[in-house]
Amino acid sequence: MRKVAYVLGLPVVLFAAWYLISAGSESFYAPPLRDILASFGRTWTLDRLQADVLPSLLRLTAGFLLAAVIGVALGVAIGLGPRLRATVEPVLEFFRAIPPPVLVPVIMLFAGIGNGMKIIVIVFGCVWPVLLNTVEGVRAVDSVQLDTARAYGINGFDRIRRVVLPSASPQIAAGLRQALSIAIILMVISEMFAASNGLGFTIVQFQRSFAIPEMWSGIILLGLLGFGLSLLFRLAEGRALRWYHGLRAASKGR
Amino acid sequence: MRGLLGLAGLLVIVEALPRSGLVDDGYLPPTSRIVAALGDEVVTAEFWQAVADTLTAWVIGLAVAVAAGVVVGVAIGAVPVLRAATSSTIEFLRPIPSVALIPLAVLLYGTDLGSTLLLVVYAAFWQVLVQVLYGVADVDPIADETARSFRFGAWARIRHVLWPTALPYVFTGVRLAASVALVLAVTAELVIGAPGLGKMIAVAQTSGAVPDMYALIAVTGLLGVAINLAARAFERRTLAWHQSVRGEVPA
Amino acid sequence: MLSVSGLRKVYQPHVEALRDLTFTVERGELVCLVGPSGCGKTTLLRCIAGLLEPTGGKVSLDGREVSGPPPGLAMVFQEYGRSLFPWMTVRDNVELPLKQKRLPRTRRSALVEESLTAVGLAGSESAYPWQLSGGMQQRVAIARAVAYEPSTLLMDEPFAAVDAQTRADLEDLVRSLWQRLGVTVLFITHDIDEAVYLGQRVLMLSSSPTVVQDEITVDLPAERDQLHTRADPRFTELRTHVYEQIQAAKLSTRTG
Repeated sequence: MRKVAYVLGLPVVLFAAWYLISAGSESFYAPPLRDILASFGRTWTLDRLQADVLPSLLRLTAGFLLAAVIGVALGVAIGLGPRLRATVEPVLEFFRAIPPPVLVPVIMLFAGIGNGMKIIVIVFGCVWPVLLNTVEGVRAVDSVQLDTARAYGINGFDRIRRVVLPSASPQIAAGLRQALSIAIILMVISEMFAASNGLGFTIVQFQRSFAIPEMWSGIILLGLLGFGLSLLFRLAEGRALRWYHGLRAASKGR
Repeated sequence: MRGLLGLAGLLVIVEALPRSGLVDDGYLPPTSRIVAALGDEVVTAEFWQAVADTLTAWVIGLAVAVAAGVVVGVAIGAVPVLRAATSSTIEFLRPIPSVALIPLAVLLYGTDLGSTLLLVVYAAFWQVLVQVLYGVADVDPIADETARSFRFGAWARIRHVLWPTALPYVFTGVRLAASVALVLAVTAELVIGAPGLGKMIAVAQTSGAVPDMYALIAVTGLLGVAINLAARAFERRTLAWHQSVRGEVPA
Repeated sequence: MLSVSGLRKVYQPHVEALRDLTFTVERGELVCLVGPSGCGKTTLLRCIAGLLEPTGGKVSLDGREVSGPPPGLAMVFQEYGRSLFPWMTVRDNVELPLKQKRLPRTRRSALVEESLTAVGLAGSESAYPWQLSGGMQQRVAIARAVAYEPSTLLMDEPFAAVDAQTRADLEDLVRSLWQRLGVTVLFITHDIDEAVYLGQRVLMLSSSPTVVQDEITVDLPAERDQLHTRADPRFTELRTHVYEQIQAAKLSTRTG
């Protein structure tokens, strides 16, 4: 009971405060929350969700998954080869330091303004945290675990699949979490630049046509999306890394 | 040493790809032409003005975010009731993508510095706040009870127990916030058109000055690397005295 | 049969860990290796297990020269916490090497069940290693080695990190498994009592750079137990002898 109060208390208070304070608002930019909510229902109809939100989510998923696969595969290769790593590390640091949205104009040159461009932008922005975290995780694989694998004849691809990847998985998950928030940002930015549909495109359209309550409803939808995806990721991570959280709790208790 | 080889390799590849015709040099100009464009840029006052604008937004945004993050974090962390009451709200607000605020920023501030600052502060604030909260949660209960048994007041406990424990986390937060702040500063300039390097990239793109665009992007990357290196060095130096860092030094 | 002849290992730059080691372990024998700390026991073991390339000399197992981890060999590491894979349950840990041997599923589950029962862990199959105590984790590692059906079992100070009572139990477990399965066991330890209590023979190593300092045959009865064997006057004599040799080995390096 008390826990529920703690979880819901502040959000309810804030929501109520926004609702009440904005109720009589005459300000053009900050319309009453009541109007925003009303426009939320009107704006994000099933058709709209299908026409604008679904394409955004599909591009996000495709880009994120591709980045994950590429990042992990390259990260394992680089992490297992110390010479390769020493050679490419500064280059990787440089690519990671480039603010990902500036890649949009570059990739537009190569891939136009279609779905391909948006997916490539997401891949190119997301791949670095996955890659660098995988390299770190692979480097940190325990030497006794590797010896054990070798002593029991676990070699080649099996060693990577059964020992190296699981051992690096907590680090990889950390990289994927960073990549997910970058992916959402790039999804929106790439649509703001050049698109005919998508969440980012629609919100900018509302802003440009001064449809303020609709714009606010779009911002709220984006917020809900970000929250929902991060919740989903946390659930998936909690499942996949149950052993890791248990191990940490066990070694802390000791 | 090997790293230099890797960088040299990148430059050679970027030179060779368009020259060999594998990639259209209208899309990817060779290294030499990008470097030449960079050379032309760095002698203009406009370029340095853009760098100064970006860094101004970065510095102000970061400072505001760090100050707000630390104050809010310590206040929430020091009062258990507050911590319990705010955690769900923070968990909800944190993953909201900063770019969702772009339309709002445009409406409120147009293409001024304010637009950039709104995004930078919003994104960097969470990095600091979350780290400070981790740090506060790391306070050793025995140390806190010791302080209490000597009848330390709330303020003294914050100063002598909570703050020293949280400090390494604060620095981690500042380091993370520093790179996020740069990303958002450039993004805001690029998308909204606020003055700075990002806007120059957008202008170069629309006017078809491809080598200049690559040169400017490389500059943002170098700025990012420089900020990362500086933040890491700063973290190491300021924390050299600190237990948690000393403990990591191999005997 | 395990034979080590003229084994030498020099780490770069010029750190001679093993100088010249020659000994054999007959099929089905249980031999303990003791030596002062830092005498290169682990280097020796890693050479035998094919995890480390020796600088000179050779190791052969059942007549075949070792040039990589040999198939009939199983190893139990000192660091059980790091040798078991924390992302796998006890069952999966024991089963993984059997999958690599491409054994059919039914055979695998029979071996897993048998070996876990043999080490007294039946019923813990679905637990994760980190949910178990240190002694139980080392039992899992032993079960994994036993299930592999090796001809030779290498044990690298397996009980150095468990408490004294668990240790006594595990020593008896090793003796009984060895007697039942008839495997060749090479057991490395720094504990003199443990070496004498477990072994049929005890090889004493010198300090690094290592050679075989001395060797004794343990003429205690085959049926041993913690209470009576350790109180046997012959046990005391043997352990005194080994102790003296180890002390001498330490002294000779200090003066030399």
